[in-house]
Amino acid sequence: MIISSQKKTEELLCTLEGKKALFLIGCGACATACKSGGEEEVFRMEDWLIRQGKEVTGSMVIEEACHILRAGRDLRQHKAAVERADALMVLACGAGVQSISVHSPKQVVPALDSLFLGNIRRIGEFEEKCSLCGNCILDETAGVCPVTNCAKGLLNGPCGGMEEGRCEADRELDCAWARIFERLEAQGRAGVFERTVAPKNWSAKGSPGRRSLKP
Amino acid sequence: MVTAEVAPPKGVSLGEVLETARRLPSLCAVNVTDNQGANMRQSPLVLAGALAREGIEPVLQLTCRDRNRMALQSDLLGAAALGVKNLLILSGDHPRFGDHPEARAVFDLDSVQLLQTVHALGEGRDLAGRPLADAPRFFAGAAAAPDAEPFGLMLQKLRKKVAAGARFVQTQATFDAEKIRRFGAAAAELEVPVILGVLLLKSAKMARFLNAHIPGVQVPARTVELLEAARDPLAEGQAVARDLVAQARSCCQGVHLMTLGREDLIPALLD
Repeated sequence: MIISSQKKTEELLCTLEGKKALFLIGCGACATACKSGGEEEVFRMEDWLIRQGKEVTGSMVIEEACHILRAGRDLRQHKAAVERADALMVLACGAGVQSISVHSPKQVVPALDSLFLGNIRRIGEFEEKCSLCGNCILDETAGVCPVTNCAKGLLNGPCGGMEEGRCEADRELDCAWARIFERLEAQGRAGVFERTVAPKNWSAKGSPGRRSLKP
Repeated sequence: MVTAEVAPPKGVSLGEVLETARRLPSLCAVNVTDNQGANMRQSPLVLAGALAREGIEPVLQLTCRDRNRMALQSDLLGAAALGVKNLLILSGDHPRFGDHPEARAVFDLDSVQLLQTVHALGEGRDLAGRPLADAPRFFAGAAAAPDAEPFGLMLQKLRKKVAAGARFVQTQATFDAEKIRRFGAAAAELEVPVILGVLLLKSAKMARFLNAHIPGVQVPARTVELLEAARDPLAEGQAVARDLVAQARSCCQGVHLMTLGREDLIPALLD
């Protein structure tokens, strides 16, 4: 799930300077789950904008904002309200914002910062475990991703900053390589430790990424 | 074998640091640090080259934090062109410790992969396998943390570094005699010489600062207490350092002295 958080009001006010009328768009998927851009948040944003002296021409919540075609269809259903707006404020991750900007020449204002692909520990608690690197070696690292969990993304870890099994970049966090070592030992195998991992192929994934499922 | 270290300035002129280097007692070599502690300094290539020109043997420290594989290879070839042969290959402290905490940490290569890169260049080819016009000659070493637990986890990395071409190991500053002994024995089995990192403690306050803020350095509680209770903390710090040097003479092949401005005390530490 893509974890996002709402931008600070000071930043939003700055971006909204000179824009009187806004059309709001939320997302029913990830942004709803992490309480940053769901229906409730869209209503609250509408209230806040009105209190700032702005006009809200209308609002909608797209089921999945990252779905480009659906976003276009939903926008067309609110054509008049969208037309009257000076800008479209989107309470979705960057992918959702750009689904909208594909379809409209109007200025888009992202209300959220997209943070990471998150696991859900429990309601309201999210952790990044996968950074979408495009070359998964979790079988060798006993299910602990060093690209994500090692602050330096080392493939031949640990570094010299590990202290009492903790990471130098954040002492609250375990050193990923200490965890990998413990788990592999418990599983009775060498795993990733039996080879020197070669430098990562950063061109494998493509930047920006594209993937086409051929029939 | 005794080495010390100097840091490039946060500026242009090398006059002052070269003066410091010249005033060092006759040592085996002098390390040039690379944006140490993730604090931005002048590129260490220049100072290393200047030392080489003065007839002072440099050890160029190179980290994986600030440069991708292309820049690392470029800098290695540049270092060789400046007459620099000795390298200390490091991962590098995380940017959060330094003066540019918002910088993107690169780590395109890790220290093992960089050691492999050094080896490849020495064989006349780059990381992509393409032939070099001429090959540099390097003597590369790596760092190690004798205090790290579990020991097995640190040992496997040390083995990888030796397999990747590390010809010597310089340890992080350590104060634990038993761990030094254990590390020395393991390194001896791998047939790699050890240069023990010895840090001169000047006060209890300094020791506590290191424990709180500097990654990889752990001053034991009893040492901090000794410094606190001492009438002359610097003298106590020197005594601690002298003991470590003595231990290094028995189970290691050299010492790397970190005296933080008190390079004048180096001869006394080696007595």
